[in-house]
Amino acid sequence: MRRYAADVAVLARKDLMLELRARDTLPAMLLFVISALVVFHFALPSHSSDLAAKGLLWVAIVFTALVGLTRAFVAEREQRLIDGLLLAPCDRSAIWLAKAISVLAFLGAAEVVALPAYAAFFSGIGWSTVAAVALADIGIVAVGTLLAAVAAVSRTRELILPLLFLPLAIPVVIGGVGASVVGSPGRYLGFLCLYDAVFAIISWASFEYVVTE
Amino acid sequence: MTAVEPPVIRARGLGKRYGDKRVLAALDFEIESKGFMLVTGPNGSGKTTLLRLCAGLAIPTSGELEVTAPRETIGFAGHEPLVYRELTAIENLDLYGRLYRVPERRERIGMLLERFGLWEARNERAGSFSRGMQQRLSLCRALLHEPALLVLDEPYSGLDDAGAELLDRELAELRPGATFLVATHDPARLMPLASSRLGFA
Repeated sequence: MRRYAADVAVLARKDLMLELRARDTLPAMLLFVISALVVFHFALPSHSSDLAAKGLLWVAIVFTALVGLTRAFVAEREQRLIDGLLLAPCDRSAIWLAKAISVLAFLGAAEVVALPAYAAFFSGIGWSTVAAVALADIGIVAVGTLLAAVAAVSRTRELILPLLFLPLAIPVVIGGVGASVVGSPGRYLGFLCLYDAVFAIISWASFEYVVTE
Repeated sequence: MTAVEPPVIRARGLGKRYGDKRVLAALDFEIESKGFMLVTGPNGSGKTTLLRLCAGLAIPTSGELEVTAPRETIGFAGHEPLVYRELTAIENLDLYGRLYRVPERRERIGMLLERFGLWEARNERAGSFSRGMQQRLSLCRALLHEPALLVLDEPYSGLDDAGAELLDRELAELRPGATFLVATHDPARLMPLASSRLGFA
C-alpha cells in the first residue's frame, strides 16, 4: 500500500511539474470558465431564475473539466510516453490515479476562480453548492481520466472524448444542480457520493485493460 | 550436474493482428538465459511489434508467449526515447529511478549520465536535446535499473560515431550478465555478440 501511494505521488508530482513548466492546461481552463461565465451573464435575461443560473454554472464546470481532460494524456500520447509508464513495475491503476489527482488539482484551481466569479456575475453560492462541486469534481475526473486514456489511443480523440464523457456527466449535472437549488441537499449529495464511488472503482479496475494494446 | 535454466522468452505459434492487418503469424522461437537474439528484417516486417510483445506492451492475438523475466527486470528502448520533453535529463531519470526503486538512485543516475556523455547537459530539458542526445538518454533510462532482459529496437538509431562506439562498449560489457533481444538494420555490427538470429522476410 505504501509502495502504491509512493508511485502515485511520484507520477502526480511529475504531472504537476509538467504543467508548471508548460503552462498549457490550467490557463486554458481558467480562460474557458471565465469566458463561459461572462457569456452566460450577458446571454441570460436579467429576470431569470436562480435555477437557470445554477444550471449554467454546472454547464461551465463540466465543459471546463473537458478542456482539462482533453489535455490529460497529451504528453503520454504524442511521444508514446505511456509505454515508459506501462513498462515501469508499478500497478497500472497508479497511473490513472495520479493523472486523476493532477486533473482534479487543475479543475479545483479553475473553480477557485470560477465560483467567486459566478457569485459576482449571478448570485451568491451556499455551502451545498461548494460541497456539490467538490463531490462532482471527484466523479468527473474519475470517469473522465479513464475516458481520456481511451480517447488518447484513438485517431479521432477530439471527437471521442466529448462523445463518451458528456453522457456520463449527465448524472453529475443532475446531482449538482439538485444539491445547489433545493433546501435540503442531502439526497443529491448522497447521489454524487455514490456516483463517485461507483465510477472511481470501475475506472480504477479497468484502466489497465484500456491502456494495454 | 547443472540444472538447465528455462528460456527467458519462449514463443509458440505467436501471432499479432491489428484489425484486419496481420503483423506476425505463427512465430516460434526461444531465447535462453544470457542469450543474445538479433531480430532483422525490412521495415514493416513486424520487428517492433515482436519487441513490444516481449516487453509486455502489447498482447498476442494468437499463440503463446512466455516471458519469465519479471517486469521490473526488463529494460526497453524503442523508437521513441520515452522521456518527458519538459523535464531535464536528471529529472527524467529520477522519475524512472523512483518507479523502478533503483537502489542508490542518484549515484546510478550520475554514473550513467557521465558514461553516456550527458553529465554536462543533465539540467537541460530533454526537449532541447538533439536526436542523438535523446537516444543516449533513452539508453540511460533503459539501463537505469540494471535489467536482466534488454529489449532494444534499433538502439543505434540517431547516434553519431562516438555514440555508436560507446553503445558497442556498453553492450559488450553487459553481454555476459543479461539476456538481449535486439532489432537492427545493421546485423554485422552486433553479430559478434549474438547467439541467435531471427530473420523476418
